Amino acid sequence: MKLVNQMKLTFQSRSVNEGFARGAISAFVATLDPTVEEISDIKTAVSEAVTNCIVHGYRDTIGQIHVTVKIFEDQLVRITVRDNGCGIEDVEQAMQPLFTTVHTGERSGLGFTVMESFMDKVKVRSVPGKGTTVTLDKRIAARED
Amino acid sequence: MSVKITYDGAVMCAALEGELDHHVAASIRREIDDAVTRDKPRELVLDFRGVSFMDSSGIGLVMGRYRIQQEHEGTLRVEGTSPQIRKVMRLAGLDRLAKFG
Repeated sequence: MKLVNQMKLTFQSRSVNEGFARGAISAFVATLDPTVEEISDIKTAVSEAVTNCIVHGYRDTIGQIHVTVKIFEDQLVRITVRDNGCGIEDVEQAMQPLFTTVHTGERSGLGFTVMESFMDKVKVRSVPGKGTTVTLDKRIAARED
Repeated sequence: MSVKITYDGAVMCAALEGELDHHVAASIRREIDDAVTRDKPRELVLDFRGVSFMDSSGIGLVMGRYRIQQEHEGTLRVEGTSPQIRKVMRLAGLDRLAKFG
């Protein structure tokens, strides 16, 4: 796969940055002329991944969130959201619908379910005590004008 | 994000405006709950016409208000959802829980 464009963002794990992250990433992906639904799907998945870093990865502390967006020549968008937070002990369990470790603030436990439903592929790698990396893939359909 | 609360008899309408995510969900919840706890409306309408984006934080908002309405035998109606918002709500089965207008 040939890489045709790339961008990187690093920002603090403050909840006010959730909107900034999805806005910046959707603006970058907009260069591929996606449909409204495709861009909404990406914004929603990114919002979930970044919120997970803030709510779970760093909990009550502030750390750095690193986002990389790669666009490949076949219109594949690969978004990587990484934190250096507490990590996940059991990734398989964390990805189960309705599973949550935070029982305040009405978290639904559907973050990963939303990511998996809205993107083509979701990969989670985590090392307890070191951090978590979520990779989100979505191919933007070629449009005939 | 902001919420405007209006009344039509025993029906309370909370009109949401802006982007609904984890950053704003707590303050919106508090504002709605203050009014609902005080007035115990027969029906609470969550009006999403002005919501341009929602992630799973919105699921918690709807489910939590549904529970509060049940506590005083009230009902919940969700109105004005965009296709993106309906897609998120359907994932949580909210279409089977609340009335959709």
